[in-house]
Amino acid sequence: MEILILLLALFVLSLFLGVELITKVPPTLHTPLMSGTNAVSGITLVGALLAAGSNGSPMLVNVLGFIAVTLATINVVGGYLVTNRMLAMFKRK
Amino acid sequence: MNPNLINFIYLIAGVLFILGIKGLTKPKTAVRGNMLSALGMLLAVAVTLLTINDVDYRFIVAGVAVGSIVGAVMALRIQMTSMPQMVALLNGFGGGASLTIALAEYFSTIGAAPTSMADMLVPVIADSSAFGVGPEGTIALIAIGLTVMIGAVTLSGSFVAFAKLQELMKNSYGLPGGPIGNALLFLAALASVAAVVMNPGNMAAMLALVGIALLLGLFLVMPIGGADMPVVIALLNSYSGIAAALAGFILGNTVLIIAGSLVGTSGLILTQIMCVAMNRSLANVLFGKMAAGGETIDADEVYAGKVKSAQPDEVALMLEIAQRVVIVPGYGMAMAQAQHAVRELADALEAKGVEVEYGIHPVAGRMPGHMNVLLAEAEVPYDKLVEMDRINPTFEDTDVVIVIGANDVTNPMARDAEGSPIYGMPILNVDKARNVVVIKRSLSPGFAGLPNPLFAMDHTLMVYGDGKKAVIEMTTALNQA
Repeated sequence: MEILILLLALFVLSLFLGVELITKVPPTLHTPLMSGTNAVSGITLVGALLAAGSNGSPMLVNVLGFIAVTLATINVVGGYLVTNRMLAMFKRK
Repeated sequence: MNPNLINFIYLIAGVLFILGIKGLTKPKTAVRGNMLSALGMLLAVAVTLLTINDVDYRFIVAGVAVGSIVGAVMALRIQMTSMPQMVALLNGFGGGASLTIALAEYFSTIGAAPTSMADMLVPVIADSSAFGVGPEGTIALIAIGLTVMIGAVTLSGSFVAFAKLQELMKNSYGLPGGPIGNALLFLAALASVAAVVMNPGNMAAMLALVGIALLLGLFLVMPIGGADMPVVIALLNSYSGIAAALAGFILGNTVLIIAGSLVGTSGLILTQIMCVAMNRSLANVLFGKMAAGGETIDADEVYAGKVKSAQPDEVALMLEIAQRVVIVPGYGMAMAQAQHAVRELADALEAKGVEVEYGIHPVAGRMPGHMNVLLAEAEVPYDKLVEMDRINPTFEDTDVVIVIGANDVTNPMARDAEGSPIYGMPILNVDKARNVVVIKRSLSPGFAGLPNPLFAMDHTLMVYGDGKKAVIEMTTALNQA
């Protein structure tokens, strides 16, 4: 239960931090912000790896884990690459 | 590996994500920010790979390989005009990942090994204590249920958003009863969560939850029109983050919670910015049509005999003697792929000593910041892209405004006509400029379905036709002059 409260504290503080940070992002960068946060939400890859199941897991769990790993990896790889592609356009002058 | 060390590395990853978003607050630091964020991801994934053992790596390697190829191909081949579609898909994949993680965790914890649908209809004996001690087990089950629900809504809702943006789905189908139908689906989904929490072995309830939540996402997004897509995409972006944070609670993983809540707030703030820019509440965007209030305005009455049109070369003569020109782009510019042509026109003007800026309305395009990315692709420097509040006071000192493919965001009725459906929506005050040129295919109304008195004003010229072609003709005429 103690851990749960700590996680909750982390969650609430992160929400406040998020508000402070995101409101400072200029409208010009809102599209890269969205694709960039898509990449960050690919952090579910960590969860997917943890949930992908061990050798003894039923097939269903393995298959669900495989889907989770695939989808999260698309977000990570696709998200960071496309964000980088867009931001490079903003950088040049 | 020592769990303290693992959590410490997760903390570093979380800090890198935060620094990454901080980098996005300025165009100059944005690329570095994105790299820092990616480094954080690499750290988090690497340390996780080192901690898991007794794992069937075939599934992980296959998933990472397939995901990397699909992600890279999408990212490198997508056209900038189609960025809303890409973000819609990524939102959906994010929701899908959280959904499948929660399901995997559920099935492995209850220890069921169903091999067919029929197997899942037979409850197994499982107690919430399998998920944790006392109230912790219940809370973990609630987290699983909510992750499944939000993940599934995000998944199906995002695919509908994608289909609408790609114009694969043109009609709007809603549930009978509209918002009431959706509310009933929502309640049914919550009831399924409750059923799973009360009897964790009830796999049929879990299956029902997945089905109902998928339907809910479908019916939430299907009735929403194309011009409201910026709000929908931002909202689904937020959902995908919330689902990730909830998955963090299931697994007791700190970095998932940090990253998920950052994404969740980002999407929510963008949603709010979009709603304010349309002067509509979120509920109105999601469930309402544009208010039909006020007397219906007859387009013929507004336009009759007052609209003047011009050829591109006539506009060029006007542009040549201008000192300051503001270009106002809308979704029509993206549709016509005219961003490069527009930049060439601006170059030609600047070569003649004309000051050129771009006025960007927050909801121009199909996603937040869409116009900015298109113009950046055409190598327009970002300091020329001026947001609404800063460009509006300058229109009075502007000789010519060129409106290309934008309509409702320039409609003066939003400012002047009390009782008009769009009254109160912040607009670009282009009518305050000395001359206005509107490049448009016809006088057809925008998404709001209203005539635009701007088109009939004395100082407005309509240039009918394809946006790209018209702009290129203006540039040619200007260069020859």
